[in-house]
Amino acid sequence: MPLNNRDWRLNRKKMSRTIIINVIRFIVLVFIQVFLLKNINVYNLATPYLYILFILLLPFETPNILVFVLAFMTGLTIDAFYDTPGLHAAACTVLALVRILFISITVQKDGFDNEPEPTLSIMGLRWFFTYTVVLTLFHHFFLFAFEAFNFLEIQYTLGRLAVSSVFTILLMLISGFLFFKRKERK
Amino acid sequence: MRNLREFIRKYNAFFLFLIFEVFSLIIYVKYNSFQKATFITSSNEVTGGLYARVSDLYKYLSLKSVNDSLAAENARLRNQLKSSFYVDSVTKHKVVDTIYKQQYEYIVAKVINNSINSPKNYITINKGSQQGVAVGDGVMCNLGIVGKVINVSAHFAVVQSLLHKDSRFSAILANNKELGYIEWGDDLDPHKGLLNDVSNNAQPKIGEQVVTSGHSLFPEGIPIGKISNLHTKAGGFSLNMEVTLAVDFSKLEYVNVVSNKLAAEQSGLEAQQKKDE
Repeated sequence: MPLNNRDWRLNRKKMSRTIIINVIRFIVLVFIQVFLLKNINVYNLATPYLYILFILLLPFETPNILVFVLAFMTGLTIDAFYDTPGLHAAACTVLALVRILFISITVQKDGFDNEPEPTLSIMGLRWFFTYTVVLTLFHHFFLFAFEAFNFLEIQYTLGRLAVSSVFTILLMLISGFLFFKRKERK
Repeated sequence: MRNLREFIRKYNAFFLFLIFEVFSLIIYVKYNSFQKATFITSSNEVTGGLYARVSDLYKYLSLKSVNDSLAAENARLRNQLKSSFYVDSVTKHKVVDTIYKQQYEYIVAKVINNSINSPKNYITINKGSQQGVAVGDGVMCNLGIVGKVINVSAHFAVVQSLLHKDSRFSAILANNKELGYIEWGDDLDPHKGLLNDVSNNAQPKIGEQVVTSGHSLFPEGIPIGKISNLHTKAGGFSLNMEVTLAVDFSKLEYVNVVSNKLAAEQSGLEAQQKKDE
């Protein structure tokens, strides 16, 4: 994915707006995650990890290295609250790679101007649903795998993976519909 | 070089992924003790096994010093036992502080020469008069009595083993306190002793413990052995019985020399009585 330096620099106003939106989104998501969702723990099994929505919703034009850095920093921030240094960072790094691969496979690069962000309102339900399912499953799988760090409790780990993934995907879709902006696609 | 650069640029996502993933996993493994432990134990099964073997070897090499320290500690603990103190009832009324005065003292010694095959067996130990060993002191090990000191030099002492046809020690049955004396059995078996001169009204049972009486060299209650056979010799006025000795004399390594601080006083008094008669 080549850097689109020209676009990145030219539209400075648009860019600063994107940055502000993403910073706010980051703060809100981290707060929701550590102060609300961390306490939701159904039968010690399902905990939604909604904060990955921040990485999912980064603009398409974000350079790879920035995606990785942001994913890593997000993971570390969550780790700081969860007292698991490195765990969420590792899972988020996997998530960043999957995001880059998934987008490079499914989205045409020349459509970036019209479709700046991978949101539900811009990309449509079908694409967004697939996107969230694939990325959430990857993130959660690696998160729980790293957390368990062995194959002894694989059933328990897979159970957590399934329930938490459903929970997370549900929340993501809800938030997608909440911030749905009707926008005619060109 | 240019191709390499192209290659890296083309797959930069993958390389970035590698860098960040390795970095976060390093943080993860380094700062989380559970994962650290799991990672180390699971990935180091081989080296772990090797380390266990090497440490076994090292332990084996240091057995000697460990033994020394344990034996020293045993002696120290025996010095603190209640049975090695004697109740000073005269001062008891006057001085509340000192109820106990030490009567028995233990000196740890190593067996440097030992025999069990002849009718007269002697043990040489590496402590002598300089360390406080005196002729007539009792010798015991953690399992039971061993013998008594019959000769001392500055640094060594010769112990007349219980496995000696002249050895006799005062003994009692642990349950009913019936008095007798223990000596070596007739058939030169290093595991068998004879308990003689037990009163006819005693009703000893097989397996009953035989311990020291406290009348002579040893404190009361040091184990000697267990009764293994009740009818060895027709005793007439007294019962004789066979005793399996608690101490395995063939494996003696460390012994404690017991010096009764009041032995001289006791024997002097008894001698006086005999003379008077």
